[in-house]
Amino acid sequence: MSEQNIDASWPLYEVFVRSSRGLSHVHAGSLHAPDDTMALRNARDLYTRRNEGTSVWVVPADCISSSDPDSKGGFFESSKGKAFRHATYYTKSEGVKHL
Amino acid sequence: MSTTSMHSDAPVSNLDDERAGQERFDQIIAEDSRIEPRDWMPEGYRKTLIRQISQHAHSEIIGMQPEANWITRAPSLKRKMILMAKVQDEAGHGLYLYSAAETLGISRDEMVQQLLDGTAKYSSIFNYPTLTWADVGAIGWLVDGAAIQNQVPLCRASYAPYGRAMVRICKEESFHQRQGWEILYELSHGTPEQKAMAQDAVNRFYGPALQMFGPPDDNSPNSKQSMAWNIKRFSNDELRQRFVDMIVPQAEALGLTLPDPDLKWNEERGHYDFGELDWDEFMTVIKGKGPCNVQRMQHRREAHENGAWVREAAAAYAEKQARRNADAADRQLIGA
Ligand SMILES: [Fe+2]
Ligand SMILES: [Fe+2]
Repeated sequence: MSEQNIDASWPLYEVFVRSSRGLSHVHAGSLHAPDDTMALRNARDLYTRRNEGTSVWVVPADCISSSDPDSKGGFFESSKGKAFRHATYYTKSEGVKHL
Repeated sequence: MSTTSMHSDAPVSNLDDERAGQERFDQIIAEDSRIEPRDWMPEGYRKTLIRQISQHAHSEIIGMQPEANWITRAPSLKRKMILMAKVQDEAGHGLYLYSAAETLGISRDEMVQQLLDGTAKYSSIFNYPTLTWADVGAIGWLVDGAAIQNQVPLCRASYAPYGRAMVRICKEESFHQRQGWEILYELSHGTPEQKAMAQDAVNRFYGPALQMFGPPDDNSPNSKQSMAWNIKRFSNDELRQRFVDMIVPQAEALGLTLPDPDLKWNEERGHYDFGELDWDEFMTVIKGKGPCNVQRMQHRREAHENGAWVREAAAAYAEKQARRNADAADRQLIGA
């Protein structure tokens, strides 16, 4: 048996499950698989054993670009301190219905 | 995304049977469940959605113009930041909706082209000018208010990507209406001139805002089918009535009046009666002869053309990066 067949050398896949029609696919976890088809089968077996899903996506992990978890503060800075983006910032209409 | 036989969202894909597809579709609609992009759907349903979602997207994009007109002249830094945040949101709404429409098989380029060459429509409300700062308040309160009234039921639209986009949009809209109402509140509690300016803005935007719900039901031929498909949940007139019922007390809280002599509470119906809207004007604006149609389209075309170098530069940069990465990989292979 060649070394390529040991599980750890299979590419990593990220798994996304849609719990019911109308909802988004949500990240459920990851797994290793030799190819897309096997990844889907494994994802079904691993992440939807209790009817958690109506649809599954598998995406090769190295196809996902991600923000750097350590630079969280800097990367998202521009949306901080902008309370005016929330309705609660506007208090004059308190007590007025449907606003 | 590639589909394998595992894809449980498309149970009829291998049957290749229109009738089975239609049956499954009808069942999903009857259960008030959601259609996902890979489900079989009737051509009319797809076309209707592409038209509605892309026009909705165009409206968000064109809708930035009347308000952006006041960004440089907002009366304070605070108001300027709020207005920028709102206009930025509208750009985002346009992008969510273009993405939702793309799942139906139309390309972004095609939709943009339809807007630029005038074959696609957008909401006629954005063809009115913003003459004073109070207009920014009136737009937030009445135009975003009417949009929200329209959009909340669309969160349950049968086409799932549309519904999901609307959920995001409705969350973000929540501050739009309030900030507009608050602008008018400040003005109507300011000097007599400021109050008059607020009243004038409400007078001009009231009618066009009510027309945002579309023509009266007996003159809205496509509504019936859209309701049968669970895209539309309430008729134009139902939504309009709800909106009027909502804004009357809000206007009172502002200390402003609504420009309709026929507006009065009807005890029997439990609703406000209101006067006939100017549908001739509505049709005139839709046909391109409103006060700002030409200006809005011209500005959009110019913005598109002037942005070409940015798109070209981004593509050239991506290409350069890809080449560099490939070169680096080659060097590693030969051990250089
Ligand atoms: Fe919007
Ligand atoms: Fe808005």
